[in-house]
Amino acid sequence: MHNSRWSEFAVESLIRVLGFSTVGLVALIFVFLLREGLPVLSEVALPNFLGRAWYPTFGSFGILPLVLGSVLVTVTAIAIALPLGLATAVFVREVAPGWAREILKPMIEVLAGIPSVVLGFFGMTMVAPWVRQTLGTATGLTAITGSLILTYMALPTLISVAEDALDAVPKSYRDAGLAMGATQWQTIWRVIVPAARSGIVTAAMLAMGRAIGETMAVMMVTGNAARMPTEWDALLRPVRTMTATVAAEMGEVAKGSTHYHALFAIGIVLFVITFAINMTAARAIFAKRRRGGLR
Amino acid sequence: MTGSAVCQTSRPIPDAGCAIEARSLHVYYGIFRALKDVDLQIERQKITAIIGPSGCGKSTMLRSFNRMNELVPSCRTEGKVMFRNRNIYDSGVDPVEVRRRIGMVFQRPNPFPKSIYENIAWGARINGYRGHLDELVEESLRLAALWEDVRDKLQQSALALSGGQQQRLCIARAIAIRPEIILMDEPASALDPIATLKIEELMRELAERYTFVVVTHNMQQAARVSHQTAFFMMDADRAGYLVEQGPTRDLFTNPRDRRTEDYITGRFG
Repeated sequence: MHNSRWSEFAVESLIRVLGFSTVGLVALIFVFLLREGLPVLSEVALPNFLGRAWYPTFGSFGILPLVLGSVLVTVTAIAIALPLGLATAVFVREVAPGWAREILKPMIEVLAGIPSVVLGFFGMTMVAPWVRQTLGTATGLTAITGSLILTYMALPTLISVAEDALDAVPKSYRDAGLAMGATQWQTIWRVIVPAARSGIVTAAMLAMGRAIGETMAVMMVTGNAARMPTEWDALLRPVRTMTATVAAEMGEVAKGSTHYHALFAIGIVLFVITFAINMTAARAIFAKRRRGGLR
Repeated sequence: MTGSAVCQTSRPIPDAGCAIEARSLHVYYGIFRALKDVDLQIERQKITAIIGPSGCGKSTMLRSFNRMNELVPSCRTEGKVMFRNRNIYDSGVDPVEVRRRIGMVFQRPNPFPKSIYENIAWGARINGYRGHLDELVEESLRLAALWEDVRDKLQQSALALSGGQQQRLCIARAIAIRPEIILMDEPASALDPIATLKIEELMRELAERYTFVVVTHNMQQAARVSHQTAFFMMDADRAGYLVEQGPTRDLFTNPRDRRTEDYITGRFG
């Protein structure tokens, strides 16, 4: 009796320690990021840091082109992925016969498991030449190339989450729509998709969070020129993202230098953006739960 | 077989037309036969109640009148359902067209997660309604005895209404597409007694314009509300079949079949 109480206590303590240490580790990463990144604010004037030029060798640490580069590539990717992913989710959930669904769902999940460097290969050797020839750009390594690869990476997440959202729409809505003489398409488009709207927004947000943090594939195909992507044809020109900058420059920077701190500061900015995106997604999910169902 | 629209009931009622009629209808789910050889006539502008013990195929019968059964992938239908001189199961008939003419109200109120107004206007819009939507919404809500309750909150979510109001909204929504027949699958089973009485009252008023077929497990409700009653049972293989059909008063006071008598007197079911 005494013995079992002791072992109970030991297991409980172990679980508690493991749980807290996970939280602690996450907090430590953030503290580390802040410690290494914040000094940049004392070393570089704020207008410089928020400026339009990123030339670390010449003391220019403007992160604006990098932030805009990330935003451009990511937003374009989601703009392409959302209609495609939603259409796929609708097909898998609402249209495809049972056996097709059983094949498609695992395939979509396999898609999510492709290492990003493999997609980078694919982007460099297949997509980039295609972009150069079809869109007539000077180089195939452009923002749109990155967006296309990110689309590919974002689709599995988007499809899975959107499909879950469609699945959560009560069957009674479907019945009601069809019983009122709506066609299957009208029922899907005007009842089921609107009812799943918040879940679909969540899907897009999660996919965006994944896309903006993606590094390897993007670095391989976007050309990595740290320039302001503000021309009308910015999508057809090289661009550099925040993630690619950190990954490319971290290896050759002197520890403790201003450049080093600036790279960490980029990490903080990226963290904040990703956090905001995920919070928005989480809020949509919680709001949905509070209402006790999909709106 | 010719598409005669005249009912062939054994107890004909003068001047009563037949709105829809099942002839030798069999319905299967996979290898399971849910309905066996049903011949059932539904009279125009009357309320027909379908009663019987659980699992006797009442809902299947109802849903075969507007081809909702075929949403179940394994479902197969044999026989005919004659509507406007046509078998609605003929290959050339579009189920969407059938459902536009034969509306349905479900067991649990299932308004769309939209505003009250949109719930009514939705069906009209998808059916290409050309008239004045505001008027249609008001008329439908008035017919469903819901207008006074909701006239000031048409833009609010339909999900904020009470269960009884939601069900009346579903009736209003069905009326708005101007069907000829309204099918109701235990429309009051999820409601409290007062809301139930309101729905029944509403059905009786609307029966002047529409034909109702209502499935109910509640015999008092069938006796209160319906003009005609059809009694279903299931055989040894659990396949549902029609035992007898007739004017409600006759069926309840003077059933022809012993099984009907046993059921309505509460000996089983």
